[in-house]
Amino acid sequence: MNLWKEFTKGLVAENPIFRLALSLCPALAVTSNVYNALGMGVTVLFVITCNNIVVSAFRNVIHPKVRVPVYIMSIATIVTVAMLTLEAYLPVLFRELGIYLPLVVVFAIILARAEVFAAKNSVIPSMIDGLGMGVGFTIGMVTIGAIREIIGNGSFFGYQILGSWYHPPLIIILAPGGFIVIGFIIGVMNLNEKRKKDKSEKAEMAAGGTI
Amino acid sequence: MTEYFLLFMSAAIVNNFVLTRYLGLCIFFGVSKNYHASTSMGLAIISIITLSSMITWVIEHFILLPLGLYFLKTIVFVVVIAVFVQLLEMVIKKFMPTLYNVWGIYLLLVATNCVILGVPLINSEANFTFIKSTVNALGSGTGFAIALILFASLREKLQFSDVPKSLDGLPIAFILAGMLALAFQGFSGMIPL
Repeated sequence: MNLWKEFTKGLVAENPIFRLALSLCPALAVTSNVYNALGMGVTVLFVITCNNIVVSAFRNVIHPKVRVPVYIMSIATIVTVAMLTLEAYLPVLFRELGIYLPLVVVFAIILARAEVFAAKNSVIPSMIDGLGMGVGFTIGMVTIGAIREIIGNGSFFGYQILGSWYHPPLIIILAPGGFIVIGFIIGVMNLNEKRKKDKSEKAEMAAGGTI
Repeated sequence: MTEYFLLFMSAAIVNNFVLTRYLGLCIFFGVSKNYHASTSMGLAIISIITLSSMITWVIEHFILLPLGLYFLKTIVFVVVIAVFVQLLEMVIKKFMPTLYNVWGIYLLLVATNCVILGVPLINSEANFTFIKSTVNALGSGTGFAIALILFASLREKLQFSDVPKSLDGLPIAFILAGMLALAFQGFSGMIPL
């Protein structure tokens, strides 16, 4: 039950992209279509989970003064493993992700989870936390990728879903579109939250009125 | 000479780091609330980017390639840059305390950052010579500083405008960055590389 909570908090409440506004570079750079967004999401899911396991397993051995360099070394090693694997089995995706793949090393979310969670908890909860955050990240990436691909190209996963009548605004899959789409997504999430808060406040007022 | 000038302009304006390649966004949104902070940050980025790309070039060509350790590139670059920035911070703290007070904190902020790691990786991907990598790094740093300062000025103006409640703060900053990127899009294709 408790583990389930660790897992679900990364999905919405502490979603790395929309809530924590961490690791925005990949969220904009590789989300011009769904396939790349999913590939990047799964890579980060793998790296963050493995790194959380490693950090939590060695948390009693690592001296607090040198912890950040140790975490970075660990992340860099795992990223190298992921890169070599992708290069061998999915060379097309590897080329598409290009420079952003080695840059996974410096994604703030991975270091942040190691520092905030894995350094203080045992292996199993850390693994679950990494999985939850990774899945939350992937969901965020795929959402942005889907919106940009459907609006900007009229397709989903490479399949044309909107007919020939649709003239896609190219700007959405170019650089500026990424910024604008993510701005509006965060705006909609804020609006949603406000509405929920208003509703609960109203319910409280109503409850207060009857007593 | 023209070649280097074109490379510089291409890195600074046409392929601007933040606005067309989306690198260094954490700093871009984090520091740009204040105009003065963003100028100091811009200067710190230019100097560190140039120095660290010089160091990583030397390491790549004299250590990694001869020993056949090319696959360790990412790990080595990250560690070297992090160590170098720490060292620079100590030296500045010791010998130039006034300078340290002004932008010492920014040095540590950029130690592990997409921009600083990104430029050496791009240089090594493109197989640039030593001078070319330095020029590219200088251009990229300058481009980052230009974008950061422009954006900080825009955001200061934004404080006086009436923004819809739900878009206030980060969302409107993103949309504004999109507009700035749209302006920079006008430069695309000007320098074929």
